[in-house]
Amino acid sequence: MAEKVIYAMYDDDDVLKDGAKKLVAKGVKVADVFSPFPIHGIDPIIGVRHTRLGIMAFLYGLTGLTLATVGMRYFMIEDWPMNVGGKPNETYLDNVLAFIPITFEFTVLCAAHGMAITYLLLNKTLPGMPASNPDPRTTDDKFVMELRLSDNSKFSESELMSMLNETGVIEVDQKEIH
Amino acid sequence: MEFTISSKAKTLTLVLMILGIVGIALGAWLEFSYHDNGARFTQRFLGNLLIDSFFFFAIGLGALYFLALQYATETGWYASVKRVIEGVAGYLPYGVGFMLITLLTISLLKGADIYVWMDPEHVKHDEILTAKSVYLNQIFFWVRTLAYMAVYMIFWMGFKKRSLLEDKVGGTDIHFKNYRKAAVFLVFFAVFSSTSAWDWIMSVDAHWYSTLFGWYVFAGMWCSTMIVLVTLTLYLKKQGYLSKVNENHIHDLGKWTFATSFLWSYMWFSQYMLIWYANIPEEVTYHLTRIEHFKGLYFGMFFINFAFPMLLLMSRDAKRHAGVLTAVGLIIFAGHWVDVYLMIMGGSMGHHAYIGALEIGMAIFFLGFFIRVILTNLTKAPLTPVNHPFLDESIHHEI
Repeated sequence: MAEKVIYAMYDDDDVLKDGAKKLVAKGVKVADVFSPFPIHGIDPIIGVRHTRLGIMAFLYGLTGLTLATVGMRYFMIEDWPMNVGGKPNETYLDNVLAFIPITFEFTVLCAAHGMAITYLLLNKTLPGMPASNPDPRTTDDKFVMELRLSDNSKFSESELMSMLNETGVIEVDQKEIH
Repeated sequence: MEFTISSKAKTLTLVLMILGIVGIALGAWLEFSYHDNGARFTQRFLGNLLIDSFFFFAIGLGALYFLALQYATETGWYASVKRVIEGVAGYLPYGVGFMLITLLTISLLKGADIYVWMDPEHVKHDEILTAKSVYLNQIFFWVRTLAYMAVYMIFWMGFKKRSLLEDKVGGTDIHFKNYRKAAVFLVFFAVFSSTSAWDWIMSVDAHWYSTLFGWYVFAGMWCSTMIVLVTLTLYLKKQGYLSKVNENHIHDLGKWTFATSFLWSYMWFSQYMLIWYANIPEEVTYHLTRIEHFKGLYFGMFFINFAFPMLLLMSRDAKRHAGVLTAVGLIIFAGHWVDVYLMIMGGSMGHHAYIGALEIGMAIFFLGFFIRVILTNLTKAPLTPVNHPFLDESIHHEI
């Protein structure tokens, strides 16, 4: 279903932040903000939920830890017991100190890669994906706020426009998105 | 000036000190009645004095170091907790006093079986210590010790004076002066925190050495300092002080606690693993004596100091939660005390050492005294600096 969207452009992140604060106070729902850099403190204003990427990082790290432990136990103890420097090699625990640096590195590797890939997937910004920002200038020096009419059904389009105009907006654009 | 010690805190610290003295007396009585008529009492008493003098002195020094670090890096966030850091650093003169008394007593008793290299009779029959006596001799030891202490005290008094002056005159001159002085202090501290740890602690195991040891001790003391800072800030917040400190500052202090715990664990593990891997007899002695006589305590202490902060302080919410921070902080604070206990007792008393009334009494006495000194320091200046150039930034700190 086609939906009407208003894109309000600002040339200063502080003006956008103050504008967003005023609009939200009036009951307007801001769908998203596009910016060339992270705007400090915008998340709680427009009601972005706290990221759960940290939890995923922990799970990826746990995966790496488990894989490293299971793998090394099989390679170095079970399949082909390795005798390094005459250290006891009967059980994994006898040699666990030698395995800790690798386990640590593999945990970090899995956590970092898992987190980066998850982040790119969630943002739909994997290499080669089409850009989804409304205006290429938001990758340079402009800031865009996105309002959806369906989110703000209690306001008419003109009411929203007049409220936007009070917030120091420099350009307003309307689009139909599918 | 705005802070007053509550009568509850006064009673509590007094009770801690009295309990501590009772514990020490009980420990002494037990030692003389049941353990070879007190044959090892001097060693045990002075060893404990060294443990607690050093442990709390190191926290004061750690706070001074942390303050210098903030000055040198021109950090903004810490401005509203600056007086808390200074309050802890204000223990330094007392810590230095205890350290000097302890070291002087041990020195006059020719090492008291703690520093065996201080006993000329022993060194004569010990080839390794004879070779080491170029560095490990009483005169050079005291030259170094007095130099460290003098420099720490001079820097601390300078920082303290300028901090109070800044409240009155404002401006940025003092800030830039602190910046330069702190940079000099950090260079000094980088080298001599290591060598002082060799002199005061590593020389207990006189034959053994490890180049990493100084950083290991330093990481432990930094972590203990951060625990004290975060719990003290939480205490003051709970008492209704420090209105400019919000949960973001607490979060930052929590992050430091978390990070320094990892630094310490990393140092402990690096030292342990390299020695285990190389398996050279003169190197493994340090860990062997500790594993033989204190297996549970040694590995238990490592597990607690590593796993507790890692698992419990990892999430963002935990670092903003006063209860979690305090609980984890108190547990690993005890853990780091055991770490220092094992460093000194493992090398001096060996299998005769155990944690009894004397050990606990001494630790409690010092803890009570330490808290009392810090709280008294806090009453002497406004809890929020008046004219710190980054105060505004700190008040609006948000992460």
